[in-house]
Amino acid sequence: MSSKQSTVHCSPFTDNYSLTMANNYDAIVIGGGHNGLIHAAYLAKAGKKVVVLERRHLVGGAAVTEEIYPGFKFTEFSYVVSLLRPEVIRDLQLPKHGLTILPLPSTFTPLPNGDYFAAWDDHDKTRREIARHSLKDAEAYDEYSRQMARMAMAVKPILSMIPPDPTTLNPKDLFGLAKLGGHAAGLSEKDFYNLAKLMTMSAADLLDEWFETDALKGTKSASGIIGTFLGPRSPGTAYVLLHHYMGEIDGAFRAWGFAKGGTGGISNSIANAAKALGVEVRLNASVSQIIVKNGRAVGVALESGEEIYAKYVSSSLDPKRTFLKLTDPKQLPSDFVEAIRRYKIRGSSGKVNLALSGLPNFTALPGEGALHRGAISISPSVDYIERAYDDAKYGHFSRKPYIDCILPSMIDPDMAPPGQHVMSCFVQYAPFAHEGGWDDAKREAFGDAVINALSEFAPNLKSLILHRQVLVPPDIERITGLTEGNIFAGELALHQLFFLRPAPGYTNYRTPIANFWQCGSGTHPGGGIMGASGRLAALELLKDWKA
Amino acid sequence: MLKGTPFHSRTSALNETYAWRRWSGFLAAGSYELTHEREYWAVRNSAALFDVSPLFKYHLSGPDAATLLNRVVTRDISQLAVGQVFYTPWCDAHGKVIDDGTISRLDDQRFRLTSAEPSLRWLSMNAVGLNVTIEDVSEKLGALALQGPKSRLILDSIANPPITHLKYFRLMHTQIAGLPVTVSRTGYTGDLGYELWCEAKDAEALWDALMKAGHDYGITPAGILALDIVRVEAGLLLLDVDYTSAHKAIIEAQKSSPFELNLGWAVNLDKPNFVGKKALREEKARGAAWQFVGLEIEWPALEKLFLDEGLPPQIPNLTVRASVPVSSMGRQVGYASSSTWSPLLKKYLALAHVEAEHAKPGNLLMFEIMVQHKHRYTPARVVELPFFNPERKRQ
Repeated sequence: MSSKQSTVHCSPFTDNYSLTMANNYDAIVIGGGHNGLIHAAYLAKAGKKVVVLERRHLVGGAAVTEEIYPGFKFTEFSYVVSLLRPEVIRDLQLPKHGLTILPLPSTFTPLPNGDYFAAWDDHDKTRREIARHSLKDAEAYDEYSRQMARMAMAVKPILSMIPPDPTTLNPKDLFGLAKLGGHAAGLSEKDFYNLAKLMTMSAADLLDEWFETDALKGTKSASGIIGTFLGPRSPGTAYVLLHHYMGEIDGAFRAWGFAKGGTGGISNSIANAAKALGVEVRLNASVSQIIVKNGRAVGVALESGEEIYAKYVSSSLDPKRTFLKLTDPKQLPSDFVEAIRRYKIRGSSGKVNLALSGLPNFTALPGEGALHRGAISISPSVDYIERAYDDAKYGHFSRKPYIDCILPSMIDPDMAPPGQHVMSCFVQYAPFAHEGGWDDAKREAFGDAVINALSEFAPNLKSLILHRQVLVPPDIERITGLTEGNIFAGELALHQLFFLRPAPGYTNYRTPIANFWQCGSGTHPGGGIMGASGRLAALELLKDWKA
Repeated sequence: MLKGTPFHSRTSALNETYAWRRWSGFLAAGSYELTHEREYWAVRNSAALFDVSPLFKYHLSGPDAATLLNRVVTRDISQLAVGQVFYTPWCDAHGKVIDDGTISRLDDQRFRLTSAEPSLRWLSMNAVGLNVTIEDVSEKLGALALQGPKSRLILDSIANPPITHLKYFRLMHTQIAGLPVTVSRTGYTGDLGYELWCEAKDAEALWDALMKAGHDYGITPAGILALDIVRVEAGLLLLDVDYTSAHKAIIEAQKSSPFELNLGWAVNLDKPNFVGKKALREEKARGAAWQFVGLEIEWPALEKLFLDEGLPPQIPNLTVRASVPVSSMGRQVGYASSSTWSPLLKKYLALAHVEAEHAKPGNLLMFEIMVQHKHRYTPARVVELPFFNPERKRQ
């Protein structure tokens, strides 16, 4: 049945807007980030007439590539793709629409003593490298990796699952819980206990149980704190390490790496796929309000004053923006509003993007080498990162920050003119709520701290810089719209994951307002360029549609 | 003892694996790095440099050179212009394929033929009564393939005259680092790419010039493991893997006609008599019994077979050169001869021989797979070849 017709005939309303629905959509998706586009594409694939409304002049949200300095393309905010769901890649035929994920084969951690620590894409090479620092760690590393992979296998199905509500006796939720138990039951008793520990421990404590090499622990622990306002010694950070292994158990599928063209390349491929399925993508279309009539969402109003109507409205924006800015609080239950107000979305990271006239030369491994094609991590020890966090805890950016760099032009020659380079530096910590507030001077001081920290290991860096773009959380919020500049649209902390994301009772992508849905990273499973939220929300919405 | 190619001093210095594969009695790098992954991606993302010197190469010259070639191969060589290259198979008298390769028309009476197997004897046997000189130049020439989206920019930065406007399947003579080099816009990757032909004595200098010019464009020396994946994506055949030469087959069933190898487009039945013409005309009239098709193995079903055993999906990350049964309704209707995971397309692909009635694109067949030591079947869909065909290949 044509959904357009069904909109008209099934409309329960009789006032004016239902009479002007001839040009209307089945669904409006607010926000052209990857989740919004994926959500729209799945709805269109099911035959729905969908429009995506994007505030900016380009799609992608935080996954955009822009030529900030002539000839140099910056993967401005997000910079790697970790867990883009294989089913999304397959269902939307993303490779056909331009998605290319190139390998990031190594991680290189230069050390203050002039040495370095590295992990490679070859087992023997990595083992030998770790053994150079600790024979014991070299062996433990294999066992650790195997255990993490087993646990990732058990936890991974959760990523493709709509969270059950554990407090109801709804058979669907009970079935979901049983299924979840079934996955855990696949684990040995020992692994089950380890999983329970992993859920509650700090990354530092977990790594201390296994390893003695500071650089190894520092570098590993960093993946537990990315995007959070926590330090490696904060409880709950161990769980995030597990996410790192989920990409690895995809085996040959390998959805982890650097996207050709930067993360904007991913967004463009999704947008192309969505358009091929009939989705209309409107740029420079900033939504100011959700239009609610008789407790039902019926459309949106744009900043321009234009009103657009549809049977369903889905927001891919973060929960605070969705419910506290675009929605009239009077339309929402007060406990829900309170839960969203309490939702933790503290921005904690910044980004420094550099256009370089040549390659940084690292004292620890001089000249051009394989390391330039992988991740470069300024994480010499857990203490180093914890101290960086100490600064942030008390409202200051890290004077010696944790930095995760890549040189996209070494992986994809289209990112910079031949012989020149772009460098993407993800930096933590840069608290949104900086003491005294952020201003230009503080932003530049933050940029300087990053360049100085890197220059300790690559002294020629300063002489290579043609242009630098420094982005602190208020910039991220201003440009992408992410509240407080939080890269995950809400921290990936255990108290706001799974059936708690974004708020108890509203984890199945619905909202307190009928026909108003959420599909962004602020919903389960959230986090990174995964696309699971957008997909799962669409599947759930389509089920509702049939009902 | 295996020989090094004219580039051996360079390739051996780069080979981190210390492992070599054999290719027509020569040493060929499987991969230069410990994994072939980056070499594979260079073909699709920047530029890969392959040493393809082990190909057999022949120069045919004289007033009857064109006549000889037209007598041997299935395409019409009278249509081959100077500066043009044809890909073609050639057959025995029963219309079964012996080998396949390229023919370049260097000038009116001078051609170069490449082949996978030694071909001097076959050419000579067919040259009786013709005024043609056949010279085996296999070891006199060095050959490189520079393949990938940046290959044109790299060559253009050092070739004099430039190769900017060289068209697909055309060749030209130019100079690189002052050395005479013939460049043909050909390759075995299905991507934008070139093959370079030089005197063996100039080989090292040519390699050095390319590596230097290509540095800023991500040039990457690549071995045959990477080549074996990209050629499957491009739907290109490999002798001894995807078919058996009619000269080597022990039984009739091992042989294939061009029609059975998806090479019917390269058979010209309107040209004067050539080896196998009568048999091919008859086969065309009755229709080929077999077809050579692409298969896409469907991932969700495959993943489930492994998950049912508690395992993540395990498929090889290299091209598997082994026969894999393909069935329909419980009956074997063919076999895959090459299968690989495509990191670019994110699909598990196979090149397969199937009975003609099952060869229609969209048809669902069952592909055998070993899961935890058990034979299982998983659905695979017949698709048109090539799997990957970027516009830049011809642009």
